[in-house]
Amino acid sequence: MIWRVEVKEKAGFYDAMGQSVKKDIHDLGLGKKVKEVKYVQVYLLEGDLEDRNIKDICENLLIDPVTQDYSYDGNVSDEKCYKAVEVAYNPGVMDPVEDSALKAILDLGVEGIRTVRTAKKYLIKGSLSHGEIRSIAEKILYNKVIQHLVTGKSGIAPEPPPYKFQLNHFNIINASNKALERISKEGQLFMSLDEMRAVKQYFKKLGRNPTDCELETIAQTWSEHCKHKTFRGLIEYDGKIIDNLLKNTVMKATKELAKPWCVSVFKDNSGIIRFDDKYDVCFKVETHNHPSALEPYGGAGTGIGGVIRDPLGTGMGAKPIINTDVFCFGLPDHPYNRLPKGAIHPKRIMKGVVAGVRDYGNRMGIPTSNGAVLFDEDFVGNPLVFCGNVGILPKNTAFKKANKGDLVVVVGGRTGRDGIHGATFSSGELTHESETVSGSCVQIGNPIQEKKVTDTILQARDLGLYTAITDCGAGGLSSAVGEMGEELGAEVHLDKVPLKYKGLRHDEIWISEAQERMVISVDPKKIGKLKSVFENENVEATVIGRFTGDKHLRLFYEGDLVCDMAMKFIHDGVPNVKRKAVWKKPVFKEPRIREKKDYAKDLLNLMSMPNVASKEWIIRQYDHEVQGGSVLKPLQGKHEDGPGDACITRPRLDSKKGIILSCGINIDYGKIDPYWMAASSIDEALRQVTAVGGNIEKAAILDNFCWGNCNKPDRLGGLVRASQACYDMAKVYGVPFISGKDSLNNEYAMGHKTISIPPTLLISCITVMDDTAKAVTMDAKKAGNAIYLIGLTRDEMGGSQYYKMLGYTGNSIPKVDPLYAKSLMKALNKTIEKGIIASCHDCSDGGMAVALAEMAFAGDLGMDIALKAPIPEDQECLRDHVLLFSESNSRFVAEVKDEKKFLAAMRGVPVWKLGKVTPGRTFSVRGGGGREIISTDIDKLKAAWKRPFKDM
Amino acid sequence: MVKVIVIRTAGTNCDRETAFAFHLAGAETELVHINQLVRGDKNMNDYHILAIPGGFTYGDDIASGKILANELKYKLEQDLERFIRDGKLIIGICNGFQVLVKAGLLPNLSGDFQEIEATLTLNDSAKFEDRWVYLKKGSRGQGPGSRKDKCVWTKGINGVMKLPVAHGEGKFIPRTDKVLRQLKKSGLIVFEYVDENGRRKGYPHNPNGSVEAIAGICDPTGRIFGLMPHPERHVARIQHPSWTRSNKDGSGDGLAIFQSGVSFAKKYL
Repeated sequence: MIWRVEVKEKAGFYDAMGQSVKKDIHDLGLGKKVKEVKYVQVYLLEGDLEDRNIKDICENLLIDPVTQDYSYDGNVSDEKCYKAVEVAYNPGVMDPVEDSALKAILDLGVEGIRTVRTAKKYLIKGSLSHGEIRSIAEKILYNKVIQHLVTGKSGIAPEPPPYKFQLNHFNIINASNKALERISKEGQLFMSLDEMRAVKQYFKKLGRNPTDCELETIAQTWSEHCKHKTFRGLIEYDGKIIDNLLKNTVMKATKELAKPWCVSVFKDNSGIIRFDDKYDVCFKVETHNHPSALEPYGGAGTGIGGVIRDPLGTGMGAKPIINTDVFCFGLPDHPYNRLPKGAIHPKRIMKGVVAGVRDYGNRMGIPTSNGAVLFDEDFVGNPLVFCGNVGILPKNTAFKKANKGDLVVVVGGRTGRDGIHGATFSSGELTHESETVSGSCVQIGNPIQEKKVTDTILQARDLGLYTAITDCGAGGLSSAVGEMGEELGAEVHLDKVPLKYKGLRHDEIWISEAQERMVISVDPKKIGKLKSVFENENVEATVIGRFTGDKHLRLFYEGDLVCDMAMKFIHDGVPNVKRKAVWKKPVFKEPRIREKKDYAKDLLNLMSMPNVASKEWIIRQYDHEVQGGSVLKPLQGKHEDGPGDACITRPRLDSKKGIILSCGINIDYGKIDPYWMAASSIDEALRQVTAVGGNIEKAAILDNFCWGNCNKPDRLGGLVRASQACYDMAKVYGVPFISGKDSLNNEYAMGHKTISIPPTLLISCITVMDDTAKAVTMDAKKAGNAIYLIGLTRDEMGGSQYYKMLGYTGNSIPKVDPLYAKSLMKALNKTIEKGIIASCHDCSDGGMAVALAEMAFAGDLGMDIALKAPIPEDQECLRDHVLLFSESNSRFVAEVKDEKKFLAAMRGVPVWKLGKVTPGRTFSVRGGGGREIISTDIDKLKAAWKRPFKDM
Repeated sequence: MVKVIVIRTAGTNCDRETAFAFHLAGAETELVHINQLVRGDKNMNDYHILAIPGGFTYGDDIASGKILANELKYKLEQDLERFIRDGKLIIGICNGFQVLVKAGLLPNLSGDFQEIEATLTLNDSAKFEDRWVYLKKGSRGQGPGSRKDKCVWTKGINGVMKLPVAHGEGKFIPRTDKVLRQLKKSGLIVFEYVDENGRRKGYPHNPNGSVEAIAGICDPTGRIFGLMPHPERHVARIQHPSWTRSNKDGSGDGLAIFQSGVSFAKKYL
């Protein structure tokens, strides 16, 4: 029997959930029509339960006796004059609450319980039409990719029938090209004709057709997502052939720099560098763009969940210690009626993504301490969600090797039909049909499952109970076992894999991307001990096969052979892609700017530009201090609300040594020239390291390329240029790349038109800092201290926030001179280490004026600035708006305690005294002509900066 | 040596830093999984202090702290009763505070742990927030014993203290007005959220909308103590959000709580 329980706040208690929904409805423009929203939590309990059991469960578990009431059966809360909207998960979608609730009911001693389901019910009061209610439901309350509206009587979907084994073969050895293309398309394999022909060739030699499982395995392994065919293929560019772009640019720099502290680069699930004489640290950043476009909450949550498993699957397993997140969204005020068909509104995407990262990251107990959020209308259908994770692992555990005869063990979550075809789906473009065609790619994560897996894996590691480990990410078991068994070969019995529910086909089990799973290889002698480590903390660890040594991949289902292929073909059989790349500098309209007498208004408006404005609303939703190691937090200054340049964390609480994390990203520069965009992103990440007191000689960086469709030569041309910049810059700065990832089909197709995202390279930077007590923050400290500008300002306004504010892109993109920049950063680092600098802030979005304003209001102090000052030799005479708002790279503003010492320490570096910190609240700037061009106060500046994302 | 058991389970996150804070305070610490206690591999009565650290035990599913509270109540009741009867000390931080309240161990005015007398529920902002707050000790109440601090965890602490909060469900609500009156009268309100000058203010100073700005309470013996802010995250000055504006050396405000608990245990247990 099914019992329906409803839980809601008692009268007189504040219904925070209901209020929060009411606010969202208000933001939709229907605020006047809504009087009240109440939230009701619904539980469906199924089993041999009696009335008294239900009362027991409700009173001792489901309700808060202080604030909540419950009702069950018939007694439902559809009070008159409320309209009810009830939302439940689609069958097969994971709801972590169900697991916990089941456990807790059993803890109560109620044994008859079999199933728990949950639903959310909203009671809305107001003068809303049926259509308006429906629109509210669709825009705010549910997402049909994972949820549905409950109409009529609610129930529990019966468990699907058990799977009746049936092995399918694809007839490809006699297939025409046309038929091959059809097979690829219909099977959602996203394989090209060349690739299908390579498969045909292989099986022709074997004299048989491939099975469903074999074709799926190849499609997963050869997907752009897993194989990076664009970066590793042949590219014709500028009359030359580039054979493997990655090897010739990004990886080449690392190889040539040969830093002794790089432990493992571009090999494992993340890049590893030395931390101290006992520990190494590793870092990885991934994207989860397409899932987040369809289901922001689940997509972003599993994005962070997935990247946490990268360090966990690095070497012999690293403990995850810091998360990072960088998001690019469409404009939050994008008109609803101009939204592309099928796209979710950017504001809802943003709120969902933030909540997804928050709920997963916080529950994992990992601080989310560094990130960025950027906006551009071209991200409207295709947001970017970058998630990163840093791990720490004992020295000498950076390498692993499975042995012949080791058992294949899957650890953690059960396998379900969730996340089928994620790897191949992410290699295609998004369209308005994506949500129906590819909805099964999207999943909801279960962070507590992953936390349990993490806790137990690290115990098993320290006991030496396994020989190798990797994560189940894109491609699921097919990728994980395929990778681990590449040299040895493996056999897996798919019927042994624990399932969430019955009915999964053998090939679905193999490629499911169900979350929170790791694969380890275990010496059969240690399997008993290993299993008890996991059982002790309620984690499943199941033997599903073994590593054979015959270099074949063999899969069985209940004894039937369903896949038998040579590992060599699976891993090396993919034909090289040859693509054309061209690049032509686009020409944008150049604004004509007349010098103004007063720039206060411009500065205030600039502070409110979405890319510049405070992201405190997001930052505070993340726990950025759990694990206790936080030294510099993302928000700094007297009132703890100024924007820090980078975060610093001490992974060992008994040591002063720390890690600096920073990131560089410039979406507007990419439109003008991806080369200088990439160079600027690298410079920005290193500037931030320098600004907080780090030494770039100890910095390592990660690349994350997000591009449009690289089958189009102009998109690919931009990618080549950006990669070249990576080599040129990394080489001269002396900063190695240690890991990276690309996501190359970020376009939103609408009929014949597509919107491509701006070419975007995220540079994430990790730097080891010996003494974190020498760190510097960006907030002004003391009235009377001198303010200096460090670095040359040029007339480089193209892609600047100032131009964007005026509605232009422009052409004069900021460039980078890495040799000069390096010497400047090194000099500044030494100066900071000497304790001469009271505060330091890098000049980025909005230029020097924004940096100074932030510095002033974060310190709760005024500033008196004069742009008329000595000009370095090679500096042209610049106009006021350029000095204020140009985003020239490699620049800092610094508050100096002792000018004499500062000038001595910075000898040879272009520095320029701007003025001083003042005790009042006035922010005053005199222009080149000596007249005051800005006079405002820091409270106004701060208010303008905080306004856009204050009450989301 | 004072021995501290730090309990952890699925979703416990602040176990290591809590143990580290006790270590700095001079105690010996051990992280023990709840299953080890339930199975009988370990016994809490071998320790002097029991700490339930922060985190999201069982995902905060259903309600924060509820599932672990029930586990303690239904599976470890006898051990727990003996531990408390022996006058040993318990601290619950953040999620641990939620567990203690939802298990009926705090405030336990009735004395038999059977009554749920208060709750910690969803913040008024309806979301998780991480921010630093100022805390002041609540009044000592009236009647006998009111000349001294009731709570053994905060003896000797004076003035305004600064600690971070990081939670989504920290709004303290006493079940009835009578409970609130008794908390006040007996001096069981250990900490209140205030501003830097020690005055009560609204959001964000009171970050979750707690009734009477209550941030932490103890039971009538003063030995069981729970609070939403995280003292273990401020044991060193360098953890303070604006240490670059003043002083980088020395200990943080939160350390005194661990020292106070450990020194009491050393003296009396």
